[in-house]
Amino acid sequence: MSFVEYGDTIKDGDTAIVFLGHESMFPVKVQHGTVTQTKYGVIRHSTDLIGKKYGSKVTCSKGGWVFILHPTPELWTMNLPHRTQILYSTDISIITMMLELKPGSIVCESGTGSGSLSHALIRTVAPTGHLYTVEFHQQRAEKAREEFREHGVEHLVTVTNQDVCKNGFGVSNIADAVFLDIPSPWEAIGHAKSALKAEGGRICSFSPCIEQVQRTCLAMEEYGFTEINTLEILLRVYNVRTIGLQIPDLGKAAEDNSSTGFDSSSPSHQGSPCANLQQGTVQFKSGVPLREVVGHTGYLTFATKS
Amino acid sequence: AMEGGPSARIREGDCAVLKRDEVFKAVSVLRRRKIIFEKQWFYLDNAIGHIYGTTFEVTSGGNLQPKQEVEETTTETKEAGTDNRNIVDDGKSQKLTHDDIKALKDKGIKGQEIVQQLIENSTTFRDKTEFAQDKYIKKKKKKYEAVITIVKPSTRILSTMYYAREPGKINHLRYDTLAQMLTLGNIHAGNKMIVMETCAGLVLGAVMERMGGYGSIIQMYPGGGPVRAATSCFGFPKPFFDSLHEFPLSKVQSLLSGTFTTETLPAESEENALVEEESNGMTEEKQTSLQETEEEPTTEAALEINPTEEQDAMDINAEDVEFKENKEKENKENVREKQMKQWERRKKLLEAAALLREKNADGLIVASKFHPTPLLLSLLEFVAPSRPFVVYCQYKEPLLECYTKLRERGGVINLKLSETWLRNYQVLPDRSHPKLTMSGGGGYLLSGITVVLDKGKSDSGNSEALKMEEPSSKRCKLQDLPC
Repeated sequence: MSFVEYGDTIKDGDTAIVFLGHESMFPVKVQHGTVTQTKYGVIRHSTDLIGKKYGSKVTCSKGGWVFILHPTPELWTMNLPHRTQILYSTDISIITMMLELKPGSIVCESGTGSGSLSHALIRTVAPTGHLYTVEFHQQRAEKAREEFREHGVEHLVTVTNQDVCKNGFGVSNIADAVFLDIPSPWEAIGHAKSALKAEGGRICSFSPCIEQVQRTCLAMEEYGFTEINTLEILLRVYNVRTIGLQIPDLGKAAEDNSSTGFDSSSPSHQGSPCANLQQGTVQFKSGVPLREVVGHTGYLTFATKS
Repeated sequence: AMEGGPSARIREGDCAVLKRDEVFKAVSVLRRRKIIFEKQWFYLDNAIGHIYGTTFEVTSGGNLQPKQEVEETTTETKEAGTDNRNIVDDGKSQKLTHDDIKALKDKGIKGQEIVQQLIENSTTFRDKTEFAQDKYIKKKKKKYEAVITIVKPSTRILSTMYYAREPGKINHLRYDTLAQMLTLGNIHAGNKMIVMETCAGLVLGAVMERMGGYGSIIQMYPGGGPVRAATSCFGFPKPFFDSLHEFPLSKVQSLLSGTFTTETLPAESEENALVEEESNGMTEEKQTSLQETEEEPTTEAALEINPTEEQDAMDINAEDVEFKENKEKENKENVREKQMKQWERRKKLLEAAALLREKNADGLIVASKFHPTPLLLSLLEFVAPSRPFVVYCQYKEPLLECYTKLRERGGVINLKLSETWLRNYQVLPDRSHPKLTMSGGGGYLLSGITVVLDKGKSDSGNSEALKMEEPSSKRCKLQDLPC
């Protein structure tokens, strides 16, 4: 396995994802002789994991079971240990498409942070591209290097520990795309421009505050970037539920016993809502929005180097 | 191929995209071919050889000319007003008439100069606020300074273009939704993907772009053949198509039940000819259906000479005989060619079937006009365990049903029904706000991950389904019932 290539069976040294049920999962480093505790019991790596097919159901010592999944950047994003606030797949998706990334692309990124976006970028540019990622925090830079090694992608990425606003990305005139997620992106626009290839390179800056966006757009204009465009994207998830709504009792129109109002035989109520007069409810399937959703992550500004 | 090298140049035969502000149009780069775009007529000849991304102006002769970098006249503190309380819109503030402007245009005066003239002849211009002046100048520039940029096609460009121009062709799949599909589906080099789409080949092209020619794709198609009009716009190198296969949906059931053969292919009308036609300046592949005959035809026996030639007994001279002999040879060659093609097609079909039978695809992408449930339930059979799948539907309701059927089937986890909300912004000093119009809806996605399917254990199926839902304490007790 690797984050850039699918494998069929679980091997010693793999990073696998243990799936316990609705949105409950965690990553695990597969190692001979180790055990992993779960709420369903113990998983013994040597007998329960190594050699098994990814996607298999594994029964734990207490009798409950889990699924073992092949890692992907998306699953990693949902389960990685946070060292900083991270980017989630919704933003990552639009960034990838708007930067026109594909196998062979050269990308520059700063800051590396917890490596959420980094893993997704590496996956997209593999096997012939490269990610140059800059992180000014020494421990975070080192942790990122370690993770890339463990995940079998170190040949596709270079982590540099420096301040991108002062020293740039460490490369010039070769990048197809540059991504900035730093407090003062306008200070790095010049460096981004010199890292980018001569013509047609794409840039993206992610900022939570509109003031940052304003300064960044101004800087992009000053440095001659074109097609400057700012957007935001939000995810709306729906839970699929069968809902039953009660029929209100509106009483009777007259003294006689004929039923009034809501009647399952009346033409307007044929079809999808399954009336159930016995219990006085109508059932239907619905995509119910969640009670609390993410309302804002950041503004994404894209531009082209001309 | 490593990117970051010299920028691509516009070549004859390319599919290029014309861009003016937010308007895009895909065209074939052909010499002496008149193009209409944004109320302008021109030839692309002069663009050939320039780098993609170059901006051009249209000259009076209908030719393109690279736009000169103009020094923006530094705006010294211009005269401006403070608000619009005294500005009356009586339609009379512009002193130049339609004819005056036309005369300027006919004289060949550049757009910039026309805009300057309009400003000077506007009685209200100096009363407008600076912002209003800015807006006025932008508006006039947009109308009179016609610049066109020629950009290289990509998923970003083409998906934006299709959504704006021909959303019906792509089932109203908005570009950010497409972006989600590519990421949720973990589309990357080396995958073995199954794609089923009726989006003019846009989704297929997007998948191909993210795979970079590595791995393989099996495109499932309805009817006689796949529509790949948009795919050809991407300009992929020929080797990308070597690992692209196609398989008819009408044969899926037989493949799943083990009764698939190529001998039982239905006879269809004519040979599948890929004819390029321009409609709205976009190259479209005209679909004529596949011809298949039931048995292997023998060469001579199938030969048909036009009966009227035979019956024409008039003036049979040496030339006629030679002509007929050549015609016979030509017909024989045509038939042989047709047979070769049929054999090729049959061979490719068997290859695709073999790939599917392995049931080890790395992912499934569905984006079509058809109801998603039957497609998912059948095509998931070809996907390996622990692999993502994504289904797009213009409407939410069919995905509700799909979700339910998938829960009943089992073998899938992490099911998620979602849509994305997208908003564009205007960012200007002291004038930043979301833009005035927004897309009302970009479609819905149902995504999930496959797992090993536990067949025949109905008990575990139920407990699996229950485990996949939220714990009941989180659900509203008054109204919800379990799915």
